[in-house]
Amino acid sequence: MRLRVNPIDCTAHGLCAELLPEWISLDEWGYPVLDDQPLPAQLVKNAKRAAAACPTLAMKLLRDEG
Amino acid sequence: MSISVATLPTLTQAPYWYLTRSTGITAFVLLTLAMGLGIAATQRTLASPSWPRFATQNLHRNVSLLGLAFLGVHIVTTLVDGYVTITNWSVLVPFLSEYRRLWVALGTIAFDLTLLVIVTSLIRSRMKAQVWRWVHYSVYALWPLTFLHFIKSGTDAAHGRFGLWVALVGAGLVGAAVAVRVTAGEDDRQAAVLAP
Repeated sequence: MRLRVNPIDCTAHGLCAELLPEWISLDEWGYPVLDDQPLPAQLVKNAKRAAAACPTLAMKLLRDEG
Repeated sequence: MSISVATLPTLTQAPYWYLTRSTGITAFVLLTLAMGLGIAATQRTLASPSWPRFATQNLHRNVSLLGLAFLGVHIVTTLVDGYVTITNWSVLVPFLSEYRRLWVALGTIAFDLTLLVIVTSLIRSRMKAQVWRWVHYSVYALWPLTFLHFIKSGTDAAHGRFGLWVALVGAGLVGAAVAVRVTAGEDDRQAAVLAP
C-alpha cells in the first residue's frame, strides 16, 4: 500500500500529519510531505484513518500495482 | 396546586411515555453538542498539540452516533406508547401524524435528514468530498427543525418548563458556534501561513 496526496485537492488542513506523524510531516505552509515508498504493514491501519480524516479527501491509500 | 401532578401516570404505568420524553431530550442535547463539535472541528485555532483536530473530529462523530442511538429509542418508544395517535409511517414520512401534525412532521423531516447526513458520513471515503459537504450542510436546516419539534410537539418545553431552558441553552450554543463559523470562516488557513 502507498499513500498519495492529490496536491490540487489538498488545502493544508494538516489532520493527516496529526494522525500519521511516522510517515507524514508538514512543510512550512502546512502541506504534507510524505514518502512514495510502500507503507510498512504496521502503519496501514493508521494510514487509512489519516486518509479518511482528510477534510477534502485529497489523501488516498493505493494498492501497489501488480 | 398539584392536582394535575397527582393524576400523572407513574413510571411503571407509562414507561414508554417517560422513555420517549427522556430519550428525546437526551438526543436533542447530544445532537446539539455534535453540531457544536462539528463546527469546532472546522476551526484550526481551537486545536493544540494536546488536543489535536482529529480529537474534535472523532468526538464529533462519536457524539453524533450516540445521539442517533437515543433518537432511535425516542422514535420507537413514541410509536409503542400509543397514548397519542402517530402512525408508524410517520417515522419516515412527514405529515401523517394525527397528533400535532406539523410539529411531529418537523421531527420526521429532521430524522430523515439525520439519517442522510450520518449514512453519507459513514461512506464518506467513497464519495466526492464536495457532495458529502453539501449533504452535511443540511444540518443547518436540520437543527432548527429539531428545536421547533422539541419545543412544540411535547409538553416538557411548554409553559416555561425545564425543557424550554434546555432548548434555549442549546440554541445559544448553536448560535454562538454558527457566529464563530461565519466570522472566522471554515479554516483559518491564513493564520497558519502567517504563523512563524
